[in-house]
Amino acid sequence: MSEAVAARYAPGAHVRVRDAHPPGHVRTPFYIRGKCGVIERLCGAYANPEELAYARPGTPRQPLYRVRFLQSAVWPDYRGGALDTIDVEIYQHWLQAISEES
Amino acid sequence: MNHNNHDHHDHDHDHADDSARSAGAHAPPRPDLDDTVTYWRRLEIAVRELLIEKGITSADEVRRQVEDMDARTPTQGARVVARAWVDDSFKQRLLSDSGAALTELGIERGPYQLIVVENSASAHNVVVCTLCSCYPRWLLGLPPDWYKSRNYRSRVVSEPRAVLREFGTEIAADTIIRVHDSTADMRYLVLPRRPPGTDDWPEAQLAALVSRDAMIGVAEPRPPAAN
Repeated sequence: MSEAVAARYAPGAHVRVRDAHPPGHVRTPFYIRGKCGVIERLCGAYANPEELAYARPGTPRQPLYRVRFLQSAVWPDYRGGALDTIDVEIYQHWLQAISEES
Repeated sequence: MNHNNHDHHDHDHDHADDSARSAGAHAPPRPDLDDTVTYWRRLEIAVRELLIEKGITSADEVRRQVEDMDARTPTQGARVVARAWVDDSFKQRLLSDSGAALTELGIERGPYQLIVVENSASAHNVVVCTLCSCYPRWLLGLPPDWYKSRNYRSRVVSEPRAVLREFGTEIAADTIIRVHDSTADMRYLVLPRRPPGTDDWPEAQLAALVSRDAMIGVAEPRPPAAN
């Protein structure tokens, strides 16, 4: 196994997805950028797809998380239940820590 | 009301728009060219032909791979669900370490890590890949066309209840809906709720109730009466 970046977030940690728009192949959906959620689990460390897409090795491997968002925090006009959620797989370099209060 | 006599129409109906129906009676001509060679297909053909020419693979090997892929069905996924229904300790292993649980059943772990999400009285799960069409093919076979459609991919994330209703699946207002966007290296299987009235059913009979759509989360398992 190639080297992996150390995991920075534990389940339950509050995070914000970077609101970035880099060119090229990215696996962070547009709709979730800039949104705040909670780490559901660490999935392991995987080669960075943004590098793999251009035939580069994608190392060091990036920690991958499942991040859980309240639907009401993602869609301003969400019409479902207040506790409905969406879980998205996001690589660590797309996440920023936020304190619970913010 | 029109009562025109068309070809293939010798009984009486009322038609609000008979001209539309009449057009439908004659299938539109099918274009002779029913295939398109896009840039990416051209690239695939070129690479495949080079690999065959260099003896790295063969046309028969490519054909066999396609045949194997097309032969996969949701049967394997249904076996996993039925076992989880009858064996609670297996279910716990499936939820915590799916790879080991699949191996127990003699099913390949697959090329990706599988995350099993369990439906309950209070929560319903549904799976989508908004970026493309990621799907646990080794358990469910090829994804259905609608799973790959822009309509499903863009709408199920923001209005899951409405989309599920279009599939004929009504989720109670007080049930939490959890959407799972399969954006990277995980693949997902929904573990539906065991239908009531199946307490003494053997595993194989239970597996027959587990449809593909129930394992994606857009439907409930088939009711026992319909089996």
